[in-house]
Amino acid sequence: MLYDLRLTIEYRYDASSDRTRNILRLLPGDVAGVQRLVQRRLTIEPQPQERRDGRDFFGNETCMVAWHRPIDALMLHLSARIERFEPAPLLDLSPPLEELHQELIQMASIAPGSPHHFVAASPRVRLSPKITDYGWDCLETTAEPGVTVLKAVETLGRALHRDMSFDPEATDVDTSPEEAFENRHGVCQDFAHVMIAALRGIGIPAGYVSGFLRTFPPPGQPRLEGADAMHAWVRAWAGKQLGWVEFDPTNNQFAGSDYITLGHGRDYGDVAPVRGALRSSGGQDSEQAVDVLPLEISAPR
Amino acid sequence: MTQSPTGVSAQRDLFAAYRQTPGVADELFDASGQMRPVWRRFVERFSRLSPEDIQARFERGNQYLRDAGVFYRQYSNDPLTERDWPLSHIPVILHEEEWEHICEGLTQRADLLERVMADLYGPGQLVSDGHLPAELIARSPQWLRPMVGVQPRGGHYLHFIAFEIGRSPDGSWFVLGDRTQAPSGAGFALENRMATGRIFPERFPRAHIHRLAGFFSAFRDAMEDLASPSFKHPRVSGILTPGPSNDTYYEHTYIARYLGMMLLEGEDIVVENGEAMVRTIEGLQPLGMLWRRIDASFADPLEFNPHSQIGTPGLMEAVRTGHLAMANALGSGVLEMRAMMAFMPRISEVLTGASLRLPNIATWWCGGAAERAYVHDNAQNMLISPADAVNLPFDLGATTALGGEFRGTAMGSIADWLDREGDRLVGQEAVTLSTTPAWQEDGAGGGSVVPKPMTVRVFAARTSSGWKFMKGGYARIGRSGDSTALAMQRGGSVADVWVVSDRPLTRHATQSDRDESYLRVSPGTLPARAADNLFWLGRYVERFEDAARLVRAYHLRLAATDNRGDARLKSVRAYLAGFGINLEEPLPHALIARIVAARGCAMRVRDRFSTDGLLALGDLLKTARRMTKTVQPGDDCARAMSVLVRKIAGISGLVHENMYRSSGWRFLSFGRALERADAVAAFLAEFADPGAPDGSLDLAVEVGDSIITHQRRYRVETSRNAVVDLLALDADNPRALLFQIRELRRHAEALPHAHEHGRPSALLRAILPLEAGLACAAPQDVSSQRLIEIRAELAGISDLLSSIYLR
Repeated sequence: MLYDLRLTIEYRYDASSDRTRNILRLLPGDVAGVQRLVQRRLTIEPQPQERRDGRDFFGNETCMVAWHRPIDALMLHLSARIERFEPAPLLDLSPPLEELHQELIQMASIAPGSPHHFVAASPRVRLSPKITDYGWDCLETTAEPGVTVLKAVETLGRALHRDMSFDPEATDVDTSPEEAFENRHGVCQDFAHVMIAALRGIGIPAGYVSGFLRTFPPPGQPRLEGADAMHAWVRAWAGKQLGWVEFDPTNNQFAGSDYITLGHGRDYGDVAPVRGALRSSGGQDSEQAVDVLPLEISAPR
Repeated sequence: MTQSPTGVSAQRDLFAAYRQTPGVADELFDASGQMRPVWRRFVERFSRLSPEDIQARFERGNQYLRDAGVFYRQYSNDPLTERDWPLSHIPVILHEEEWEHICEGLTQRADLLERVMADLYGPGQLVSDGHLPAELIARSPQWLRPMVGVQPRGGHYLHFIAFEIGRSPDGSWFVLGDRTQAPSGAGFALENRMATGRIFPERFPRAHIHRLAGFFSAFRDAMEDLASPSFKHPRVSGILTPGPSNDTYYEHTYIARYLGMMLLEGEDIVVENGEAMVRTIEGLQPLGMLWRRIDASFADPLEFNPHSQIGTPGLMEAVRTGHLAMANALGSGVLEMRAMMAFMPRISEVLTGASLRLPNIATWWCGGAAERAYVHDNAQNMLISPADAVNLPFDLGATTALGGEFRGTAMGSIADWLDREGDRLVGQEAVTLSTTPAWQEDGAGGGSVVPKPMTVRVFAARTSSGWKFMKGGYARIGRSGDSTALAMQRGGSVADVWVVSDRPLTRHATQSDRDESYLRVSPGTLPARAADNLFWLGRYVERFEDAARLVRAYHLRLAATDNRGDARLKSVRAYLAGFGINLEEPLPHALIARIVAARGCAMRVRDRFSTDGLLALGDLLKTARRMTKTVQPGDDCARAMSVLVRKIAGISGLVHENMYRSSGWRFLSFGRALERADAVAAFLAEFADPGAPDGSLDLAVEVGDSIITHQRRYRVETSRNAVVDLLALDADNPRALLFQIRELRRHAEALPHAHEHGRPSALLRAILPLEAGLACAAPQDVSSQRLIEIRAELAGISDLLSSIYLR
């Protein structure tokens, strides 16, 4: 499936800043077996005085931009064409949950792909006894004994979808997973963070994926939540053989051909689309708009 | 006679209470109870001192530290609480051969740490080969992912490190902790040395003690090489501090002064095009090297902790591009993790084929089943704590178990804890430290020497000829006689460490302390933030004085009239209320706030401001705070204000008389002149206004401290013209507006870029017309309206100064 993706993010600053420096993670690229980049263009207004592209530890493309003079607004516009491959059917090749730890220990690596980066608390996802207990409860009540890792991921994701309600007004970008879980509501970021905390709590390495959803669903299917903004879901390590699997607790499904990946990391902090530092006082205001349209209509099933 | 084996009868009294603990090594006596030769001569001399002489000597040392303003800070509710430096007056004495042996072992360890660092931020081979557990590194908040794959400028990660070492019961030395992030204490070691020099000033022992200065100058040279490897692109170097609320800020200022380096805070630095630069009053200057005293995770909010207020956005980028060297590299804190100790012996063998020459504290990482079981079974002799803790073993945290017991919070059983969180825990042998002589007062003017446990901090710096060690150092002395590591917790004291030679050292090696303290070189360009603080220091000091004079005048009149309804009193009350000063309080809180603000500025430029000046500001604050409790309206308050006015005048005099005429002094003086000019203009606009109540002109003359001049010159009743002439237009009266504006012009002319292409700078162009206008004006030209305009022009001058020099 070919998609045309358009994203616009606008910032207005209350007081114009002396200097501004941002790291943008807004460049979608190839992901082996998942998607292929056809073309992309990122425009930045006003034109930055510095721009340096690179990659972060996890392999996400970064774009460091800076202005040495005051700016009072910032507009980022991305347009990209991406081919999203149809995912292969998920075969459950994952080990039983209680054997995962042994497989994990054998992964003696701190290279970027190593699951060890996704085991412990990360800056925005602390391990919370309440969320961990919830994770174990879900498995006890809904899964069979000796559950596989993949089944555990799915069970937990579906439970969260059932128990938490989507509410764009309830939380903001800095809401902690504990708080979102306590009130059982939030947006995709909160769903993902809570699920990550739960997975790590029960011993499954888990990380955060940022990206996009197609704006209008195929005929006859419901529109997905979060389609009008950037989206986030969860990746979990399901053992040596199966590797990473991606589940979207907001929409209660494994990430399929409606999903375009932008970046991944331990939590939102690692993939924030705009991470910035203003040398000024005063607040800021931002807006974003997303369109993801299929270029061809897939053949009727 | 007791067991004292020294054979000198006079020392019986002082050392009578000195008892070795069985099973504990001692610095003074060896295992057979013989005094170590290296101490003998010192002990003989010391024992001959009378109790009075000892007290007098110790007091000289204390006095030195107080005069130098040495302090450290303990984290408490008030972040700026400063404590006196807890000097233990008797040094720790080690023979140079023993020291040499220690340093050889630590050289091996330093090289090993560098290799581990290069691997953890490079190929990660130690993990993939199974010599370090992946989860341990991946979990550590000290392992900074943005640094992976980044080559440090100069090729090395570690440049200035320290080791905490102790002596085992068998007499050998071992390492308790590696300090690889931003070790503190080197500056305090210098101050300890200065203080013990006051206590023991004689040729013996001084001629036998190795000096510390050579170590610092070697490291400074190394830093300069790192900053500017080529002469074509000279770059400056600096010390990066978290700022005045850090517990070792004093040391940062001290080392900056001592080495003549710029003391920088995060906001002093900007990054442009991958190049870090210092904001100075002369513009941006390229920075080649930072001696980092700030934890790496706070160094750059863009790539590390986004909530850091003390970092520099883009600093990591400057490191990545290779323009900026760091001592030590960002991320070096990962080596400080306690759990690393469990793996260092094996890593040494793997990487170098040799075992550690100096062992480290025996450590077991509880992620392995066998280790976990061992720690569990031996919990009685263990310290169990978080594996990724980076403090020293004796700095116990809340969740630590010692000898099978939890300290602090109760947590269930140790066995449960180990089972539940094994891979996050380490067990460390509960070590026994050696004891060393320390003075214990008897409360009656005398005292005796008693054994106290100690650890020694050894400092190492990378130079062009390899690792160089400070010859001497810094010992922590435990508070109680208990020689388990527990006694070393906060609240102990520190001692100088003497590395001594049998023979007097050559002249070169024994430069006097005076030489040590005059190592400094030119202080270099003034960072903009330092200039900003000096400018505001000048303003706040003056703002305080102006207000104190008015408050005094008010209370004098109150005492004379005893009528709060008096029209002049009402007008002063209303006037001061406009400046936030409430005269219903005899000593208005707003006055104290001005001293606090002045002192806050002074503390942020401690490396550039007179120590006496800072102490005097502290004293002023103390006095003022004490007065608030007792002062009564009227005469009493007027007298109190006189005390404060005299004190602040003393401070101004001290600064003016003693401060080097650097650009820093100019900003301070500029701030003062600007504030005084503004205060006079504001005051005249109010009290020399034709509509002001009767007697206001006299008040103006009095507050302007110009009564005598006025009487001598005019000898008539006060008139508006006479007052305006005296306080606005008289170029010889330091209280007059024109005088102060002339000062502003003179300072502005001496600042960088005062003239560009033969034209006066924007700042001068703002001052010159004001000066000329007042120089040509007659008193009647200076209406209240005009004075208000002048205040606005002064505000514009302040803004201009800020925008040109201070950001």
